[in-house]
Amino acid sequence: MQLLEFQAKELFREYGINLLDSKASTDIEQGRKDAKELGYPFVIKIQVPVGGRGKAGGIQMCHNDDEFELKYPQVMDLIIKGEKARAILLEKMADIKKELYLSLFLNRSKRCYTIIASAEGGVEIESVKNQIIKEVGLGHVSDEVAAEVAKEMGLEGKTADGFIDTLKKLSKVTIEKEAELVEINPLAIMQDDTIMALDGKFVTDDNSNFRHDELQKYQEKSDIEIQAEKSGFSLVELDGDIAVVGNGAGLVMATLDMLSDNGGKPACFLDVGGGATTESVYEALTLISEMSRVKGILVNLYGGIVKTTVVAEAFLKAYENNLIDLPVFLRLKGTESQKATEMLQGSRTKIFGSVEEAINAAVMGIKK
Amino acid sequence: MTDIFELLKGKPGDSDYGKKGVIVQGITGSYGSVHATNMIAYGTNVVAGVTPGKGGQTWNDSVPIYNTMQEAVDATNAKISILFVPAKFFLGAAKDALEAGIKLLVAIPEHVPIRDTMKTLELAKQKGAVVIGPNTPGIMIPELIKVGIMPPMPFKLGKIAVLSKSGTLLYEISDALTTSGFGQSITIGVGGDPVNGTRLIDAFDMIKDIPDLEGLVVVGEIGGDSEEILAQKIIDSGFNKPTVAYIAGRAAPKEKRMGHAGAIVMGTYGSAESKISMFNKANIPVAKRPAEVPVLLAGKMEKSD
Repeated sequence: MQLLEFQAKELFREYGINLLDSKASTDIEQGRKDAKELGYPFVIKIQVPVGGRGKAGGIQMCHNDDEFELKYPQVMDLIIKGEKARAILLEKMADIKKELYLSLFLNRSKRCYTIIASAEGGVEIESVKNQIIKEVGLGHVSDEVAAEVAKEMGLEGKTADGFIDTLKKLSKVTIEKEAELVEINPLAIMQDDTIMALDGKFVTDDNSNFRHDELQKYQEKSDIEIQAEKSGFSLVELDGDIAVVGNGAGLVMATLDMLSDNGGKPACFLDVGGGATTESVYEALTLISEMSRVKGILVNLYGGIVKTTVVAEAFLKAYENNLIDLPVFLRLKGTESQKATEMLQGSRTKIFGSVEEAINAAVMGIKK
Repeated sequence: MTDIFELLKGKPGDSDYGKKGVIVQGITGSYGSVHATNMIAYGTNVVAGVTPGKGGQTWNDSVPIYNTMQEAVDATNAKISILFVPAKFFLGAAKDALEAGIKLLVAIPEHVPIRDTMKTLELAKQKGAVVIGPNTPGIMIPELIKVGIMPPMPFKLGKIAVLSKSGTLLYEISDALTTSGFGQSITIGVGGDPVNGTRLIDAFDMIKDIPDLEGLVVVGEIGGDSEEILAQKIIDSGFNKPTVAYIAGRAAPKEKRMGHAGAIVMGTYGSAESKISMFNKANIPVAKRPAEVPVLLAGKMEKSD
């Protein structure tokens, strides 16, 4: 899961990484209290799970009550790359000498953790030329490696010590929280040469959730997503009107691609898992019946070990219970598909021999 | 370099040539049990199962069960293991297998924490073992040996190698290939996790020197950069067998995990565009639909004739 800035900073604080004073709120009432405690001037920062918020006006300076009353609601109402504000962070202003970049992330292709550091911070790291890159196995950063990075960045004295300390703490939080990526951009050198994390990005490994109850409060999930997870499905909600269901992540992605190529708009990505059962398909239909934007259901199932008749049974049960009254476009392939087709004859389900045909019919059917 | 065919098939003259023993870890679980049955039906020589606490029993009146991998390996001398335990118990079971001398570990479970995979891979490196997965359908030489969960129907023995991040797309595309007359010499599911025991480039190394190989199909998806690295490797190595790719996830939104833990686009890292443009640079056509793969492959073969 990806944490918001203020959540990442909660973890940083816990691990002793230097931070400016800040307070997070979700409404202006609380915001006013925070403003009083913090004292002007400060920065109002929108909390959204996407980048580019500065450019979009999501970070505003604030010097007095009038500015606060004007800017807090403005920032709160912003929608950045489709994302609404999850919270507002008020943070004291910093007296910065220089901005640096520091991250520790899982390098997938090299299969090890990698430090990226740069003496040029505050910009997108992709655009930075002088990157210092160090591979550090499972994420442990030794005193020697940390000192080397500081030296290569041209840091000395108190600044170097502060940087080394920050890097080691970053390593500790990465390992202990099983993060895929922890980034501080910018990491600032203050006028007094101390080191301070001005921003924070934190992505954890969802597969390690079972070991991290303490992180679950950061989990942001809709009711439907929670239900999907309980059933062992993967669900991503999208904003179109055709629900896309299948077994296997790759197959559902492929179906989404083909639907989009043909002018269809997917309402969701729903992977019921490699082994579909009558119960799981019925559960998937239940979830979709709760999404009001859906006008039709496109199902692409490759029945390998799964018998497709099992899938047909789920549909018949759903019709019998009046669970769905939407048109269903189904492509079934594999074991007993002939029999499954016969079972569904005369029902609301239209069965197609190829996914291309099912998609065409779905796109045309929804338009009508 | 690991000779994957030697591991799966052996050398002519070996007493167990073509019937290498496979141990099933988690054979008494519902999932392990179903797939042990299916593998045996396919012709895989399942010689032992391991379930702690059930040692001494016999699974399905045919396969002896042991408490530990060491006991199972000592009794059977098998070098291949397939693992079906739940993700939480993965690391323990994988260590047990590698320490017992397993040389090919096929890791089926989904949702294995990345850290546990990385620790497993460190140990595998020390022991000179190959790990396939986790979150993989497995590996097979059609009509000879299946160490995995794939259904048998899509596959037919032939001369095309298929490497895939996805399970169901592996079946779907192999099915389309088989229907078009392209059988497979080997299929390797590298898995849909961010960290793979066998990456696409490693799988490529395993298959590139197959003497009668006639083509390669790569089934990728959004996330990471293993397709890009493979495309670069194909360029650098001068590999000249007809190659076709498919990439799933062109229409996926950014920053969202699409079912597989590894299928996520971060900024431009992991995007379908990046992968497609790298394959194009390597002169490898990328199919827009799974069904287009055999068509493009046939086209490439005509040109190379």
